[in-house]
Amino acid sequence: MNQAQKEAYLREYSILKNEGKPFFPYAVAKDGAMACIVMVVIIFLSLLFGAELGPKADPTTTTYVPRPDWYFFFLFEVLRVMRNVPKFTPMATIGVPTICMILLFLLPFYDRSPERRIERRPIALAAGITTIAAMAYLTYSGAHTGSPNSVEIKPPATLSAAQLQVWHAGADVVGESGCLACHVIGENGNNGPGPALTNIANTVPAAQIASTLRNPTPPMPSFKDLPADKFNDLVYFLSTLQ
Amino acid sequence: MPRIPAPPLPKALQPRPKRPGQDVEAGAATPVEAGITVVDWLDERTALSPGIRWLMWRKVPRGINWAYTLGSATLFAFLNQAVTGVFLAMYYRPDAAGGAYESIRNINDNVFLGQFVHGMHKWGASVMIILIFLHMGRVFFYGAYKYPRELTWVIGVVLVILTLAMGFTGYLLPFDQRAYWASVVGININAGGPFVGPFLSNFLFGGADFNATTLSRFYAIHMLVIPGAMAALIGAHLYLVTKLGITAPPWLKPGADDTDHALAEAEV
Repeated sequence: MNQAQKEAYLREYSILKNEGKPFFPYAVAKDGAMACIVMVVIIFLSLLFGAELGPKADPTTTTYVPRPDWYFFFLFEVLRVMRNVPKFTPMATIGVPTICMILLFLLPFYDRSPERRIERRPIALAAGITTIAAMAYLTYSGAHTGSPNSVEIKPPATLSAAQLQVWHAGADVVGESGCLACHVIGENGNNGPGPALTNIANTVPAAQIASTLRNPTPPMPSFKDLPADKFNDLVYFLSTLQ
Repeated sequence: MPRIPAPPLPKALQPRPKRPGQDVEAGAATPVEAGITVVDWLDERTALSPGIRWLMWRKVPRGINWAYTLGSATLFAFLNQAVTGVFLAMYYRPDAAGGAYESIRNINDNVFLGQFVHGMHKWGASVMIILIFLHMGRVFFYGAYKYPRELTWVIGVVLVILTLAMGFTGYLLPFDQRAYWASVVGININAGGPFVGPFLSNFLFGGADFNATTLSRFYAIHMLVIPGAMAALIGAHLYLVTKLGITAPPWLKPGADDTDHALAEAEV
């Protein structure tokens, strides 16, 4: 905006302001009504959902899945998507939010056009809608991501009902045992330090899977102390991963 | 000042009327302290009334709609957080050894209306975040951040970031599994940042890793540092809003009728 545009704006604004109404009581009444709505919504949410308290914090657990409050889901999702590309992880978690923050701060300094009507600001409109859509999408997918401790792959189609039951039991054992902390299975788990297990049955037969689970290569812990049925479910599940 | 009627005294005790020639006007020459109201008394000492008039009887432009209430609604949510937060602070103990968790348990289970107030604080945070982003969206789409309101916008962005920081630091305080692990992961994410990252995580943890002081550190940041900064910045934000005036809806032209009918005709 140059000086002439600034002065034109101030002139126009002062006329519009003079045509308006006093803040008290007109705007105050609206603000008050809105405040009442906010109060009612907060009270309603509090009565409906309360403030449940989870189990006490235990720094020694290794299988707990951290989840932030919903308004950090977008950040959480960026992190999850970028997790398997370690080179980009710092960029995703700190770089992208920092850049967005700086862009937000400096908005009035790079968007200097005098136009204020959104339909005549196509770049601002596109950027605004893109930002809202991206935040909404990331929040949504962050909210619907299963826990990293659960396996989300589909069972093979050839299994009978009884086999399917064993398969699901095995998948639960994988989740409980924290395998995904070091192994990736399909979309879930961490890529390393252990090898990917998505197609493990192609290269390793069931008997060898069982013996590896009993006598693994450090740092992987041994699973020989698992109850026999759980152990067999686990082996069966892993032997179907092709 | 209305006069109090004279008490019905016996004639001997009544003051005698003045004789002619006596100085009748003597009393009138001595000024008497007039009775004043509390408001007058305060105003005589503070001279606040022009300021209040400036704040309350300023004009807001024509065409103000409900979207303009989002800012004050955010402020109201902040006040709700402040009030409920004070009540929670009366019972909360920032003790990582177990006291924190137990004190929240006590608030939820034993304190009168404890879970209700705790719930209002918890859900009020979400409501405030939604409102502050809606307010920001309104300002963005109305082009209200443009000249002369750039500084108001910058302060507003700082307030958004501080609000998110409140959410982050408050999340740890109940000290359940969720709170603990989300905070550990959050601080570790900060540690991955360039340049200041390691220092920031060191500052938040109060050491190299989660320890006994981390919780009280988060508590102090959550209830002293950030709210103080926010209150000051909200003051500056409101001063600028009042000083520069609330923006008019961008589609309005001075002098024109602002009904849809008139607008449609103008477009044709």
